[in-house]
Amino acid sequence: MENIKNHEGVKVTKILRQYSMIIILVLIAVLFHFLTNGLIFTPINLTNLILQNSYIVLLILGMLPVILTGNVDLSVGSVLAFVGAEAAVLMQSGLPVLPAAIICLVSGIAIGAWQGFWISKFDIPPFIVTLSGELVFRGLTQIILDGKSIPINDQGFRTMAGGYIPELTGSGFKWTTMALAIVACVIYIVMQVRARQQKVKNGVPVKSVWVTIASSVVISAVVLYLSVQIATANGYPIVLFIMLALCLLYNFICNRTIFGRSLYAVGGNRKAAALSGIKDRRTMFLAYTNMGMMAAVAGLVYAARSAVATPKAGVGYELDAIAACYVGGASVHGGAGSIAGALVGCFVIAILNNGMSMMGASPDLQQTIKGFVILAAVAIDLVPKTRKK
Amino acid sequence: MQDLILEMKHITKDFSGNKALDDVTFEVRRGEIHGLVGENGAGKSTLMNVLSGIWPEGEYSGQFFVEGQECKFKNIQQSEQAGIAIIHQELALIPLLSIAENIFMGHIQGKHGVMDWNLTYKNAIPLMERVGLHEDPQTPVGTLGVGKQQLIEIAKALSKNCKILILDEPTAALNERDSKHLLDLLKTLQADGITCIIISHKLGEICYVADSITVLRDGKTVADFPDAKSVTENELVRHMVGREMSNRYPEKHHAPEEAVSFEIRDWCVHHPEYPDKMVIKHANIKLRKGEVVGLAGLMGAGRTELAMSVFGKSYGCHISGEVYKDGEKIDTSTVSKAIQNGIAYLSEDRKQYGLILDQTISKNISLANLRRITRGGVMDLNKEIKETGENAKRFGVKCATIFQNAGSLSGGNQQKVVLAKWMFNRPDVLLLDEPTRGIDVGAKYDIYCIINELAAEGKCVLVISSELPELLGICDRIYVMNEGEIRCDVPAAEATQESLMHQLI
Repeated sequence: MENIKNHEGVKVTKILRQYSMIIILVLIAVLFHFLTNGLIFTPINLTNLILQNSYIVLLILGMLPVILTGNVDLSVGSVLAFVGAEAAVLMQSGLPVLPAAIICLVSGIAIGAWQGFWISKFDIPPFIVTLSGELVFRGLTQIILDGKSIPINDQGFRTMAGGYIPELTGSGFKWTTMALAIVACVIYIVMQVRARQQKVKNGVPVKSVWVTIASSVVISAVVLYLSVQIATANGYPIVLFIMLALCLLYNFICNRTIFGRSLYAVGGNRKAAALSGIKDRRTMFLAYTNMGMMAAVAGLVYAARSAVATPKAGVGYELDAIAACYVGGASVHGGAGSIAGALVGCFVIAILNNGMSMMGASPDLQQTIKGFVILAAVAIDLVPKTRKK
Repeated sequence: MQDLILEMKHITKDFSGNKALDDVTFEVRRGEIHGLVGENGAGKSTLMNVLSGIWPEGEYSGQFFVEGQECKFKNIQQSEQAGIAIIHQELALIPLLSIAENIFMGHIQGKHGVMDWNLTYKNAIPLMERVGLHEDPQTPVGTLGVGKQQLIEIAKALSKNCKILILDEPTAALNERDSKHLLDLLKTLQADGITCIIISHKLGEICYVADSITVLRDGKTVADFPDAKSVTENELVRHMVGREMSNRYPEKHHAPEEAVSFEIRDWCVHHPEYPDKMVIKHANIKLRKGEVVGLAGLMGAGRTELAMSVFGKSYGCHISGEVYKDGEKIDTSTVSKAIQNGIAYLSEDRKQYGLILDQTISKNISLANLRRITRGGVMDLNKEIKETGENAKRFGVKCATIFQNAGSLSGGNQQKVVLAKWMFNRPDVLLLDEPTRGIDVGAKYDIYCIINELAAEGKCVLVISSELPELLGICDRIYVMNEGEIRCDVPAAEATQESLMHQLI
């Protein structure tokens, strides 16, 4: 067909819309850089931003697949608290870290499967099932903690969430971190080039060479700059690697596996997907089971970082994770969204929170502004579409 | 002069270039029951929608008068005030609310917007008696059968003091006894001075109940019978279908094999919500390779239900029967098993059941066979783009790129995407349900050509269609279905529209 173009046109408005959240992220970052006199990009603060948001990022990896199907999970804050409490109680009773962590992960999967069972087998609306879960697991957390906080003393466990990679050269500046950053950039660029070659070889339309070069250069520059900052402090946190590895894995699952495609198809039009042979019920079940597992991972990281399990842990985190996905361009109706987008959304909210704290804004004001930003972000996405109709 | 309660003059209604109504004149005398007949798409429902204000003034051209007064309705409320009530084929009742609440939906019984329950129930009872419904007015509507629900709709219309009652296919979902009851009720209401307009495919019913009959065809009034007693069903059929066949269909050179390749045996399906009702009764279908077979029937005859129940039990309950392919019994109990056994089902409603409108053409095409682009659990996206692009091209999808959303295409192109999707799975048996519904003439021709090509490749093709000329134009053999039963199996060359129509009704 001669009228199928072999080259995607580069239109400024299209790019602006496609990358609107990244642009907003950059603008917010620059804005707070000036408002806080550069405090936001100090090495210590950058490291803290990563550590503080690590569990939200982990929750996003469960939440995004659920949101892709057009639903949400309200129970994750409670499941996170429950798993943290479980870990504390198990370790207090003398169980070593590894078996305790495995038991926690398995129970997270079981919780997810329990909710997925009701949702996929009996078509009970996920909102109801997970609302029930929110109450049930918050209640169980209080029961197993007996209303008290239990400290976690195992150093190894705490290092997982709060520790840093060891510095091999022993100097003040963390050369190991820098070396890893450079390796990562090289791998990234090599993969970009290879992906482009593969596309060209298959006759798949590609963006112009300059777009590829420019985006590789910008991304590498940002990574290197941030890494220099982090290297002058404590170096890469260990949890960053857990996050990165899982983000790459989930990005792969969403884009390159049948399960991932099924999530998009079910969210886009469940009836049409089912009539095309997509196993819609199994997809729903797996999305919620995965959510339970990721809530457990986040619960372990959270407990390890705070070194204590409390009955009030993770209150409202489900909303932070949901908000990050929506701000990051996921559709409320399902069928659209990406891991990368949700991460951007997460850090838009994170920088907003962090920047306002540094300026001394009260938590009440922070919450108010955050609320407006979430509405604005989704409105940017949806208002042009309603106008078109 | 006759006492006309309704006069519609020169009504024309355009749907973006498609004339649904073309200079239609329609007159109804006071106190009569007037039958309105025609094929699907002849414009009957559109005409009634103009009358009842669903298409507001300005969206059609022409004039109409109720009791000599010219009407320019802007909405349904205004037409109701003028005494017109319409009961659609799809009942507009709220299942969880009581009979009384449904009857008075939209005009609450009470004062100052506060509902008076006692008054509601009290006022409901005489209306229910008028339509012969002997139930507690507090009963939720959802617990009643379709026949009784239809009566509630009539009671609802009566509560608005209607003068003209329009019924669109009132008996389509009813069994014979309920239908008879309903028709007799119309005669009772007629005695009370209510004028009725009844749209129906069932000519027997029309001849039984109507005083006069109008026939529409392709948006035009083709015949008017002021005295219904003088007209026969045959005459009506002739007027309904009497269009000339021209070369709207490509020439067919099908060379079907002798042996039967795909067979449905003794297939029975029950209604998913009323399991006592049998929707498909012991149907048998045989398809040969290289043959295009038609399945004719009226709305509600069970054609879609048959196809969907075969395709992974996507419809109905208590399904029994067997499916054979090339002599072997195959399992079609889930959609994915049906697909793996080489069956494809193209739905009559492509927007709801066929496509994911907000996703790209490419992703829509690969959806039914993601395994084809997957190796070791990993999808090869480049292969997807390459091969779905080839399929889009082969089926003549007109688009700027295959990365544009399926929803941005025209109806005909969307249908080609759905066909491309199924062909991506390389099926052996295609069940095409209304493949040309709602698409323009040119695109229809393209679809017919594709169907011919598929047959030439040795596929078994079953085409479900409400348009008899279409079936006669593209099929080798036609099954006629009526009320869930396969009535006959005729070679297309020997069939005429009239002969098929007799079997349909």
